This record gives sequence, structure tokens and C-alpha cells, in this order.
Amino acid sequence: MTPAFLQLDSLEKRFGALAVTRGVSLSVGRSEIVALLGPSGSGKTTVLRLVAGFEAPDSGRIVVEGQDVTAVVPERRRFGMVFQHYALFPHMTVGENVAFGLESQGVSGAAARERVAETLAAVELAGYEDRRVTQLSGGQQQRVALARALAPRPRVLLLDEPLSNLDPTLRDRTRRELKRVIRSIGITTLFVTHEQEEAFELGDRVAVLSRGRLEQVGSPEELYEEPKTRFVATFIGRSSVLDGTWTGDGTVRLAAGGVWRAAGEGLDAGQPVDLVVRPESLALTGREEPGAARALQAEVVERRYAGRAAFYVVRFDGAGGEAEVLAAPEAARPGDRVAVLPDPAGQTPRAYPKESAP
Amino acid sequence: MTGRLRRALLAILLAWLVGYPLLLTFAEALGAPDWTLRHFAEFASRPDEWHALWGSIWISLATVALSAAIGIPLAFLFETAEFPGRRILGTLIALPVVLPPLVGVLAFLFLYGESGLVARAVQSALRSSEPPWRLSGPGAILLVHAYTMFVYFYLFTRAGLARLDAAFFEAAAALGASRGRILRRVTLPLLRPVLAGAALLTFMTSLSSFSAPYLIGGTFRVMTTQIVFSRLNGDSVAATVETAALAAIALAGLVFLQRAEKRREVAGAVRGAAPARRRLRRGALVAGLGWSLAAILLLPHAMLVLMSFVPAGTWSIEPLPPVLSLSNWISVFTEPERLRPIVNSLWMAAAATAAALALGLAAAWTAVKRPGRLGSLLESLIAVPWALPGTVFAVALAATFSVRAPLAGRFVLVGTAAILPLAYLIRNLPLTGRAAFAGLRQLDPALEEAAASLGARPARRFRRVVLPLLKPALAAGASIAFITALGDFVVSIVLYTFETRPISIEILSSLRTLETGVGAAYGVLLAALSAASFLFFGTGGAGAPAGGGNRG
Repeated sequence: MTPAFLQLDSLEKRFGALAVTRGVSLSVGRSEIVALLGPSGSGKTTVLRLVAGFEAPDSGRIVVEGQDVTAVVPERRRFGMVFQHYALFPHMTVGENVAFGLESQGVSGAAARERVAETLAAVELAGYEDRRVTQLSGGQQQRVALARALAPRPRVLLLDEPLSNLDPTLRDRTRRELKRVIRSIGITTLFVTHEQEEAFELGDRVAVLSRGRLEQVGSPEELYEEPKTRFVATFIGRSSVLDGTWTGDGTVRLAAGGVWRAAGEGLDAGQPVDLVVRPESLALTGREEPGAARALQAEVVERRYAGRAAFYVVRFDGAGGEAEVLAAPEAARPGDRVAVLPDPAGQTPRAYPKESAP
Repeated sequence: MTGRLRRALLAILLAWLVGYPLLLTFAEALGAPDWTLRHFAEFASRPDEWHALWGSIWISLATVALSAAIGIPLAFLFETAEFPGRRILGTLIALPVVLPPLVGVLAFLFLYGESGLVARAVQSALRSSEPPWRLSGPGAILLVHAYTMFVYFYLFTRAGLARLDAAFFEAAAALGASRGRILRRVTLPLLRPVLAGAALLTFMTSLSSFSAPYLIGGTFRVMTTQIVFSRLNGDSVAATVETAALAAIALAGLVFLQRAEKRREVAGAVRGAAPARRRLRRGALVAGLGWSLAAILLLPHAMLVLMSFVPAGTWSIEPLPPVLSLSNWISVFTEPERLRPIVNSLWMAAAATAAALALGLAAAWTAVKRPGRLGSLLESLIAVPWALPGTVFAVALAATFSVRAPLAGRFVLVGTAAILPLAYLIRNLPLTGRAAFAGLRQLDPALEEAAASLGARPARRFRRVVLPLLKPALAAGASIAFITALGDFVVSIVLYTFETRPISIEILSSLRTLETGVGAAYGVLLAALSAASFLFFGTGGAGAPAGGGNRG
């Protein structure tokens, strides 16, 4: 990994009795794009606001280029920020908005005009200087917000849910645009999102947050293939959770019957576990087929067609719970009796210590 | 100066301006330093006090009922029906609310008073030697109140109706409800919060009303006039006790009505498509009615203009004035002693508004940026002068600032040029302060953060981002404040000096010296300045009525 350009060091922030971020540490390399991904209330926006300087951490440090900026006011950090609702100044034109940060740096006149034009061109809004920001579409406003943040050439770019305000049809295109602009400038970027797809496409690495804690930081592949915690395993991608007991020899005895091979770390024999399985790691078979010893008997309760395959929700006999299975579109119909077993070609199911709290 | 010290000083300044005079008045009413209820006992033993107290209450309740009866149907007509001239008429009939109450009373006197145009016409038609009626007593007060205050119900109801989602009515109609049933079971319940708001405003305005009872109340007394007469008779103890009593009713009314409002809060103001206006079948008839109504409502002011062209002593028994000339206007603008009140009113109102704007903004900024106990204290202090009748503040200020005790924060300001601007300033605080609070609360905090992240220091953020965005709200608040101070009568009559007499006092004295034409010219001037200020600056802010500006 490249040496850290932006370093977050054990950031703690409480609002009253509520701990919003708990010991968040993260290194971001120069020109790296890191996504902060988590459900609402996970503290991801707070982390971003701590980095921007709008909130002060109760403890911990923020270091940029070797300079501790923890106690530095936002206006002196030289971080650019794109807000969720853009926060464009409604009483200024596009050009005035983009020039605002330049004025703070003492850049004015022809030099400022030139930089504004150049930055607007970079976001494909050349010639928009004199438009009112209220006349722009959502996508254009987003790009003006990006240009405004980039114009003063900040050290770090921060984006708070940059695409959440756009309608879905526009989101895909804007996401690619955003990625192109950030890449071409090569700016170190930290952005917040609650959408996995967004995090995976834009981020070199993704930091998954849950309840104020950093659960795992890694490339999209790492997060999907080797989730370190139960939260990451269930939050990233589709999955089902089955009750079972760790046997101690790399298998889990399922509550629904059967013993399945599983990956797990730091587990004791006999310990109750949650077995997290991806839909594509399961297969449906007829009842009498070979390998039936590991197969669980189940009934298909739901089928959702998805083109070349279909998702099946199956309910295991007894108190075995439900799981989602990806199989051929004509593999079964609701009401059918089936046998479910792990697909040897798929990802090995992973076992995690059972959590008492959800 | 550190932020903490600055905030503390702000709180102390506001407490000294707003809270301190009231506390001193209450203490004085309780006979401080030897605390006693004797003065209140005396107050309770005098029948005339009870009459005034009861007069204040029933006039206010009757005003609410009458204003609602006029304002609500009008609002329904203008908001749910479509007819020619609807827009302009709808605006015209709301105009009385921005005019100083004294001007309204004056206009009413000239039109419907015993020597007004209408009375003269009837008198000459009957060939009688006596005027057919006298515009005097509680009925006259009610008439003037309803004429000016129906606007609250009218504006509030219209705003409430405009916010209602057409889907409510469609849903009710789809469930088979008739139009009457929809009105009773859907529309009115959804409007309750706005109706309660209008009722509160009308009640408080009527309770504080001074111009109408003073000029046309005859022998009928309400608390505001009772207080002023007690002071004129030199009975300052009685005035103080009466002031405390009036303040208590006002606060009780406020608490009662606000609680009612809170209880009735409905989740109804969902914004969807507003119901389409029905094109009335008899549109021409309704339009005709509407236009004649507007004419009736605007007639008093037309009469005021006419009177300003009638030279003194030229109109005796004729039904219409025989001579019209510019003499009154020339006199007002050329004689230094006549010009003086205009200059006085303008500079005092401008100074008071500017100071109230600065203080209101500082308080709002502090309270919104740092919510907490100090913030709520500041917000309450800012709101207090709204809740209390102007007379209460006038008496409290007169008592507080006629004593020299610098260590107790008291100075002799009564009789100096400073007291009236100070009084106007305090009365203006709720108007500018509320505008600043509303504006700041609507301001997305991310805008300031964005400016900060772009390298702007606090002063530049305030100047370049916050202030420009607050401007419409502040201009609206300042415009109402300026109008209120410019036309103030209720505070001025207690605190003015000859040197600092404002326009309203000059109007009063011109009525006394029977120079009605000059009085009318002043009235027209006041109305014109108020309307101009409102139209230029007052309409930029929230479309909903700022409300409660012109009281007394």
C-alpha cells in the first residue's frame, strides 16, 4: 500500500451519551479513492464531518501530509467538500459559486476567471458561468458543486452521498463522470455512501462502518470473498443466515439438519454460530440425488425471475429457517419440494459467532 | 472579546431592555420595598376598574367572533372560487392591516363619524338639525376593530386553504361525503391550527388596541385607555397596578390560546396539488359583490384623502365639501413646526428599526448557532414585547427611566429625545427578531459549512453567504417594524415630549384644534409611507402574514 496521505487515528465522537464513532482508524494513500459504506446511523457521515472539521472529535487525530489538522478550523484545512444537497449558494451564479474558494486564496480577476472556466470545462459545464444555480438540473448542480470544491485545488476531496439526490436513470452516468473527473485530477478522495454498488464502482477500497465502528477495509473483492465479520458478510451482497453449531473440524452442524463445510476463525467446538451463505453458493437438487446426506429438505416458497437465473426462497423443514438460492430459471416452482445443498464450485459458507443483539 | 462574554452581554442588554422594566413595574405594583397587596385590593374595590377589565375582555372576544365571521367566508370565496378581478381584489382587501391603527380610526371618523360624509348626507336628506348618530362607544370600537382585524382571519385562512392537498377532498368525495360534510368533517378540522393562530393574533391585537377606544370609545373604558387616563390624572400607582393587571390578562390569553393551538395541531399540511378553483356560475354577480366590498373597505381611506384637501373652516353644513385646495399640504410641508413631527417620526422609526434589526439578528444568531438555555432565554426575551400590549411597555418604561440610579441600571430618559426611539426599539424587537429567527432556521447549515470548506473565515461567511440569504426575511421584518414605529400612537402618547412629538401625536392635536384637514394630510402621509415601505420591502419575505405588527 502507498504511504498514508490522509490518516485517521482512533477517532471517537459522542453526541451526549451516544457514541457515534468508536475508534475509527483509516489510512488513505495519495490519489486513492476510499468509500465509507454503511447503513444510516452507522456514523459514516460523522466521520466525513470530522475530517472536514465541521465536528471536533472527542479523541483521536486527523493527519494530512504529516500535518496534524485535528484542531484546525475547516477554512484552513484546504479540503474540498461536495455536500449531499450540494449547498450551492443560491444568490450567486455558477461562476461566482466556483470562484468563491478562489477568492479566499486571494486569486481574483483574470486568473480566477481562467481557473473557473478550466474547472467548469473539466466537469463539462464550459460556458455556464453566468447561469443561476437555480436554473440547473440536479445533475448539473452536482457537477457545479464538484467544480466549486475542486477549483481551489484542495488537498483532499470529501463527498457526502454525492449521487443520492439524483434520479436512478441519471445516477449511473453521473457516477462514471464523477469517477473520470476524480481520476483525471488524481485527488485523494473520501466519500460516503449507503449504496454498495456506488462504493464498489467508485472506491479503490471500501471501508464498511456499522454502529460507529470500522468493520473492515478492503477492495470490493476482499469484502465480498472474505468478509471478516458477520455484519460485512450480510451487508455486502445477498446472503442468508442459517443457525448452526461449530464442530471444530471445519464444518457446521446446521439446526435444519446436515453438516456443511464452512470457513471460520477463532471459533470453539460446540459454539453456536451463524452460517452466512450466498445464493450462488447453494444449489437445488431433486430429493433422491447423490450427496443427499448433506442436503436439507425444503419447500420452495417464492421464486423471483432474473433473466438467465432465478432466485428461490426455500423454507427448511422443521425450525430450520429460510434461505435464498440462485438456480436455473426453470429449476423449481413455488410449492415444490426440493433438496438444498452447498454448491462445491461456489464460495465456502462462512461461520461467525452468534450475536445476541441483532 | 470572547464569544462567551459577548453572548452574556447580549443577554444582559436584552434582559435590561425587555425584562427589567416589567419586573420593576410588578414590584412597584406590589408596593416594593414594603411588599403589600394593598394596591391590588384597592384596584379590586373600584367598580370602574372592573368595568374596564371586563370591557377589554368582552371587546376582544367579540372582535374575534366578528372578525372570524367576516374573514373566514371571504377567505373561502377568494381561495376556492374563480371570478374576474379575484387576484387584485384579494390583495386590496388585506391592505388595512399594514396601515397604522390611528389612521384607520381617523378615516372611519371622517366617513362614518357624526360630522362625517355619510352622517351629513343622511342628516341633509332628513333635513334634521341633529346628526343622525354618533360614532362612539363600544359598538363603534367593535366596528373599527372588525374592519381592521378581519384581515388576520382572512389571510390566515387563505394561507391554510392554499396549503391543503386536493387529495383530501377527493378522498372524502370518493367516500361519498357531500360538500357540506366535507367542509364540516375535513376542511374545518384541518384548518383549526390556522384559525387558532388567527384568533390568538386578533385577541391580542384587540386587547392592546388603544387608538379606537381612546378616540371613539366615548365614556366606555378598556384597560389600555384606563391606564393612560390614570397617568394623565397623575395617579401613577393606579396606572402601575392596572398595567400589571393588563399584562396578566395578556399573558393568560397567550398561554390559553397557545395551548389550544398546540392541542389541535394536525399533521394535515401535506403539500400536494391545491384544489382547483371553481368557476362560479354567477361570476359576474360575485365579482360585483367583491368589488363593492372592496370599495366599502377602501372608502374610509379615500375619505381621508378627500379630507386632506378641505381647508380648515370651509365645510360646515353642506353634504359635500364646497372648497378643495392644497392649503393643508402646503402648510404641512412648509411650516417648520408642522414639518417637525414628520422628521421626528422618520428618524425615530429608522433608528429604532436599525437597532432592533441588529439586536434581533444578534439574538437569533446566538440562539440558532448555539441552542441551549441561553438561546431559549434570548428567544423568549425577544418575543415578550409581542405578547404584551404597547401600553404596558410604555408605562413600564416611563416608570423605569424617570429615576436616576445608574447602579440599578436606571437613568432619566423620560423627557429626553432618547426615550421614544428606545420604546419603539423594544416594541420592534419581536418583529425583526422573529424574522431573523425564521430566516436563520430556514437557512441550510451546509451553506455556511460549504463556505468554510472553501476557505472563507467567519466574517466573510456572514457577509457573503448568510446576510444575502437572510435579506428578504430581514427586509420584511424591518419593513413591518418601521411601519409600526412610524405610526405608533399608544407608546408615544405616554412618552412623547413636545420636541420629539411624532406624527400620531400631531394628528391628535390637530383633531383637538379642529384642524381636521391637516390631521387628514398627516394621516394620508402616514398611510402612504407605510404602504410604500410595505410594498417595497415587506413582500420579499414569507408570503404568510408576519402578523401582529400594527397594534394599538
